[in-house]
Amino acid sequence: MSPAVTLSFTVNGRRRRVRVPPMKRLLDVLREDCGLTGTKEGCGEGECGACTVLVNGLAVNSCLVPAVQAGGARILTVEGLARRSRLSVLQRTFIEGGGTQCGICTPGILVTAYALLRRTRGRVPREDEVRAALAGNLCRCTGYQKIVDAVRVAARRTGTRRPGGTRGRSRGKKGARR
Amino acid sequence: MRAPLSTLEVVRPRNLEHALALLHESQDGERLVPLAGGTDLYVSLNAGVVPGKRFLDLSGLRELRGVRRRDGGLALGALTTFSEIREHPGVRRRYPALAAAAAEIGAWQIQNRATLGGNIANASPAGDSLPVLLAFEAVVRARSVRGPRDVPFTGLFRGYRDLALESDELITAVSLPPLGRALHFFRKVGTRRAQSISKVVFCGLLSLGRDGRVDLVRIALGSVAPVTLRARRAEQVLLGARPSAAAAAAARAALLEDIAPIDDIRSDRDYRLLVSGNVLEQFLRTAAPRFVTR
Repeated sequence: MSPAVTLSFTVNGRRRRVRVPPMKRLLDVLREDCGLTGTKEGCGEGECGACTVLVNGLAVNSCLVPAVQAGGARILTVEGLARRSRLSVLQRTFIEGGGTQCGICTPGILVTAYALLRRTRGRVPREDEVRAALAGNLCRCTGYQKIVDAVRVAARRTGTRRPGGTRGRSRGKKGARR
Repeated sequence: MRAPLSTLEVVRPRNLEHALALLHESQDGERLVPLAGGTDLYVSLNAGVVPGKRFLDLSGLRELRGVRRRDGGLALGALTTFSEIREHPGVRRRYPALAAAAAEIGAWQIQNRATLGGNIANASPAGDSLPVLLAFEAVVRARSVRGPRDVPFTGLFRGYRDLALESDELITAVSLPPLGRALHFFRKVGTRRAQSISKVVFCGLLSLGRDGRVDLVRIALGSVAPVTLRARRAEQVLLGARPSAAAAAAARAALLEDIAPIDDIRSDRDYRLLVSGNVLEQFLRTAAPRFVTR
């Protein structure tokens, strides 16, 4: 007999109700029970950050979170950054600036970067702040510089607005002054 | 291979009393394994190591949360996360070595989940907060159905992953005594700055008296012995000494007698001996430039 619990939480603002084993990983609940496969599994041991989601506003490795502890939580996954087909400013600066290559790390990095930009709202985080915030997200393609730059360009474009917002000006290099 | 998680059970206690009763009752049968942030537990589970079939979820216990003033120092609830520690103004001001350690344990994702109580209970010789708590001479407050008791950190580790706690006891809080004006130093050496498990982790406290002699020195290290330990010989050499290159060299020689590192997957004995000595010297010259060799 497998134990199961009924859990309610919101994912990207939408209420969800699932019946799952209590120790099932939040990562698998999101992918299998909620059908949200944007969140990726990388290492499965909290090292690479590919599975990063926000739980009650805090970045966590969803491969290390038991489902039962997500009951009642507000969860944000990479799918929650865009509004319908309109990508968020952060997503667009990653594409424009080459912050994404193979893409497996990108969902986790976007979510962590979103958490950073919410904390630093109204100012552009320093490069070392971005690097410290993203220290738990590994990328084997980009060499990180373009990721760091994309995060800072997004901060410049959004100003004091919601960092995941979709309405930031898209004015390319001109807005990317240091 | 990953352990099958679907058969594992979780018990969610109503409050601390309930948790302690459940934990106590479980000792005769399938023992409950306490679960807090899960950041160590899930690494084991994801690697196929199952420490038990039934888990006691502590995450809802408010009694184990929060930072309070106590006896001139601070008491940190066992569920205090490393993010909370990293950002707590009182910790940053009065216990900067602990704030520094909290900022280097994993990265944000780990710091947002991992708890101080969990780092202690996991009892890894590489636990990054442990040398700091040892140098602070912190006191672990444990509780069971028999009541609360205080366990000084100095006597907490009996052997490799062997804590001086009963299996039906829970860590409820950690008390940090007032430390005066000593310089705090924390250094973790790993494969990279973030995320890595320590090859050497070091905490030092030092202050000089009016006569210019060392009047307080505490040195604790992790990852260099089966348990986190105080470098008592090195401390003895330094206490009462005037900062000098000779004193630093003597302390370094004594430190090598204090520690007993091994070769393992993360590093080897020789490297750890060398780096421990280097970090000791870095600590000393940070505390007092006259320790500088030459």
